Amino acid sequence: MATAAAGTDRRYFARPTAKTGWWAWMTTVDHKKIGILYGFTSFVFFIIGGIQALIMRSQLATPDGEIVSAAMYNQLFTMHGLTMIFLVVMPMGTALINFLLPLMIGARDVAFPRMNAFSYWVFLLGGLFLYSSFILGGAADGGWFGYAPLNRELPGNGMTYYSLGLQILGIASLAGAVNFIVTILNMRAPGMTLMRMPVFVWMTLVVSFLLLFALPVIGVALWQLMFDRLFGTSFYDPGAGGDPLLWQHLFWLFGHPEVYIMILPAMGIVSEVLPAFARKPLFGYPAIVFAGAAIAFMGWGVWAHHMFAAGLGPVANSAFALSTMLIAVPTGVKIFNWIGTIWGGAVRLTTAFLFAAGFVSMFIIGGLSGVTHAIVPHDAQQTDTYYVVGHLHYVLFGGSIFGLFAGLYYWWPKIFGRLLNERIGKLHFWLMIIGFNLTFGPFHVLGLLGMQRRIYRYAPGLGFDLWNLVATIGAFTIALSIVVFLVNAVVTARRGEQASADPWDARTIEWMIPSPPPEHNFDVVPVIRHRDDWWHRKYITDPKGTPSPVIAGGADAREMPPEERDNATASEDEQAHGIHLPSPSYYPLVTAVGLPIAGYGVLYQPLLLAAGFLIVLVGAFGWVLEPPAEPAGAEAV
Amino acid sequence: MNLQTSRRGRAWVVALAVAIGLLMTGCASDTPQSVLEPAGDSARKADGLWNLTFSIAIVVFVLVQAALVYSVIRYRARPGREARQFEGNARLEVILTVIPALILAAIAVPTVGTIFDLATEPTGDDVLQVNVQGRQYWWLYEYPDLDVVTANELHIPVGTPVNVTIEGYDVNHSFWVPRLAGTQDVVPGRVNRMTLEADEPGTYRGQCKEFCGLSHANMALRVVAHEPAGFETWIAQQQQPADKPGDSLAAEGADLFVNGSADGQFADGAACATCHAIEGLEGAVGVIGPNLTHLQSRKTFAAGLFKTNEANLRAWLADPPARKPGSQMPDVGLTEGQIDALVAYLGTLK
Repeated sequence: MATAAAGTDRRYFARPTAKTGWWAWMTTVDHKKIGILYGFTSFVFFIIGGIQALIMRSQLATPDGEIVSAAMYNQLFTMHGLTMIFLVVMPMGTALINFLLPLMIGARDVAFPRMNAFSYWVFLLGGLFLYSSFILGGAADGGWFGYAPLNRELPGNGMTYYSLGLQILGIASLAGAVNFIVTILNMRAPGMTLMRMPVFVWMTLVVSFLLLFALPVIGVALWQLMFDRLFGTSFYDPGAGGDPLLWQHLFWLFGHPEVYIMILPAMGIVSEVLPAFARKPLFGYPAIVFAGAAIAFMGWGVWAHHMFAAGLGPVANSAFALSTMLIAVPTGVKIFNWIGTIWGGAVRLTTAFLFAAGFVSMFIIGGLSGVTHAIVPHDAQQTDTYYVVGHLHYVLFGGSIFGLFAGLYYWWPKIFGRLLNERIGKLHFWLMIIGFNLTFGPFHVLGLLGMQRRIYRYAPGLGFDLWNLVATIGAFTIALSIVVFLVNAVVTARRGEQASADPWDARTIEWMIPSPPPEHNFDVVPVIRHRDDWWHRKYITDPKGTPSPVIAGGADAREMPPEERDNATASEDEQAHGIHLPSPSYYPLVTAVGLPIAGYGVLYQPLLLAAGFLIVLVGAFGWVLEPPAEPAGAEAV
Repeated sequence: MNLQTSRRGRAWVVALAVAIGLLMTGCASDTPQSVLEPAGDSARKADGLWNLTFSIAIVVFVLVQAALVYSVIRYRARPGREARQFEGNARLEVILTVIPALILAAIAVPTVGTIFDLATEPTGDDVLQVNVQGRQYWWLYEYPDLDVVTANELHIPVGTPVNVTIEGYDVNHSFWVPRLAGTQDVVPGRVNRMTLEADEPGTYRGQCKEFCGLSHANMALRVVAHEPAGFETWIAQQQQPADKPGDSLAAEGADLFVNGSADGQFADGAACATCHAIEGLEGAVGVIGPNLTHLQSRKTFAAGLFKTNEANLRAWLADPPARKPGSQMPDVGLTEGQIDALVAYLGTLK
């Protein structure tokens, strides 16, 4: 066990050493704990965002609904979007990435463990900061893409919270992106070439680059908005030489890569889950990897398809129509390859598999409705109606959320050491997919019947009534399915089936180590010889391609020395010095705390702003001077 | 048995798709804003592209979903079943990349053609020019060549291309009459344009489509298409100034309208005329709110929110922001008597 080193002259206070209890969680730099923190926090936000949706759906179940005022409704739809995007889908993906990335590449942690913790605390505090607006004068109410000039005109502090809150959250994601890029490029186990990485790791790499380049763009836009609202500048005010469309360009230059940031991790998850349960390799691995990179790259060239009605002119509209159609091609490649993965397999219909297959099915629909958006003259009818709301929920809920649930069911045993109950899980899946289609299928119809989006009420006699009622019923069905999931999680926490290291007979190396993994992950960093290396350690294929299990000391011994196959021998350095792990630290939390304080300072009191920055400075200073690992913190192998 | 399941499954999917398609159409009278019931040239062109694309999308949907469902059912694990270990099929992958690209290219050609077609300004002597301005939360229409200014109800002659220029004033809005044309945004600092043309006489309902604040949901509009003769009649009527009010209550209302209240009941000494214009009423030259010269000729007011009748006008004048959240028209604390007089006067504005 680590003992606290005697106080040295270069630290402000003694290093935390707790391994259990809530203090351990507050000071952890262990990627596994941080992943769990991300997962728990984002799930709470998922429920909150879902409740906001249920309130809206209750309001819209009938014409002239009167459950909430127009003012409250506008806050609800704005915060629902902001919550689901920035506080649910992105961090839930980050939760899984955090837990699994080092395990999947054979590393003991990420490149910058303290910055990893910092990212989490900034996310939590940024989310709380954004939500504090509800009780401090009203939340943001200009829509999640907050168009100018309305974003400046809206009274109160709501849209200023929007600007500051998203800037704070952006810092969390940016730090995470840098962390994951450095980790993936530098810390893979020996023998793990890029083309032997799991697709989930590839997608993490691609998403991290997207974040790296996209977040500064919205940072600029939000910064300019903050100046417009607080200091009287006129970046988006035509009366003073500004342009409302500047906001739209900046926003969507971020916003379109953002939607790929949200979907690619889920696509990565599906690319892991389908092969595992079909018991065959991913179909067309290079194509799926390249398609993912192509989508990310081309995603920079389609942003103005969110602006087809803004009046950019036929040349610009045509160019973006073509680029948008083009991006459907690599997307189709992935869908066909996932079907090809299932084809010819011996498919076990576990809950994780059902969610992954459900992802593919729902994404086909969302992808096709997206293609119809590229038909510019008809997009002029579809845009800003419920048709678009239908499309976006098919890709973000039917896509991202379903994919994330597939990941949760698949990796739950690895993370928590217990399996979720399969029968309850299947109930969750069927309730959710039925409720989901009941909710968002009718949205396409409503859009084509002429119902515009972001309205707190609609008049009777427009033909909207029936489908709105159906959608509301669907929404409550989804809510019921989430309750089922929560029951599953709670019931199995104590009494669930204990998980072995590899309950699914899976393919990738995170399944080599115990469930849950020890703090140091791998006793011995494995040497990688194949894609799906774990599968190849378990099975050897005959000339016909049929796998058969490797018997200990059997044929595979020709390929690999037995001590390596059994992952039993430490490297020379580790034998001599033990495994070095990063030590816990206060400074990520301390530094993070300064950011929302600075935010409140911008809103209310310049002294607070100074205090916030001072805290950040102190935290960063302490962080820099503190060594990543204490010498006394090493564990013997 | 498995093949039968998949074929039956496929048939169900097709039937479902057709049913959904049928359900989506509906009757125009029940669905006055239906995109699927085009009644004008621009909407029809968009609809043509939709029919092409949607048909292809349905086919792709059926085929790909069928392949997915089939693969899950057909290849599920059974005792003795071994998974076939293949990692790809280069030829299949290339084919499945090229075919969607070709389909998209086929859709792209008419799409680009229609984009340019709809962007072309109509020319000719019979083109009617209308300037639209979207404001929170109503629509201003100006017929520059006919010297008519009105609000919320846009009257046009059938069979005539109307060149609509669209301007901003405060925040973004979007001018949308689904049965006649796709939308174009209202962007302050820019002028956008669309061509509007209705085939048949009738009333076509529309809405603001770009979120613009508290009453975004309450910013409807109507396009009323007339036979040419009917349109001429309407124009002639709109070009007339308002009559001087006959009875004394209405005259009192007219006075209140321009001068406000003698005992300062109106906020800040303002009067209705500060924001509203009425041709023929001296002093009523405000340009902030809708032109009220022919208020009674409009079936609704407050951008389609209320039928134009006495009861609604009374309720409106009593407290506009309470009736329409975020309304730019303030509650000036009118007394019952003042409301009586104003409503009487407004009733004369035919």
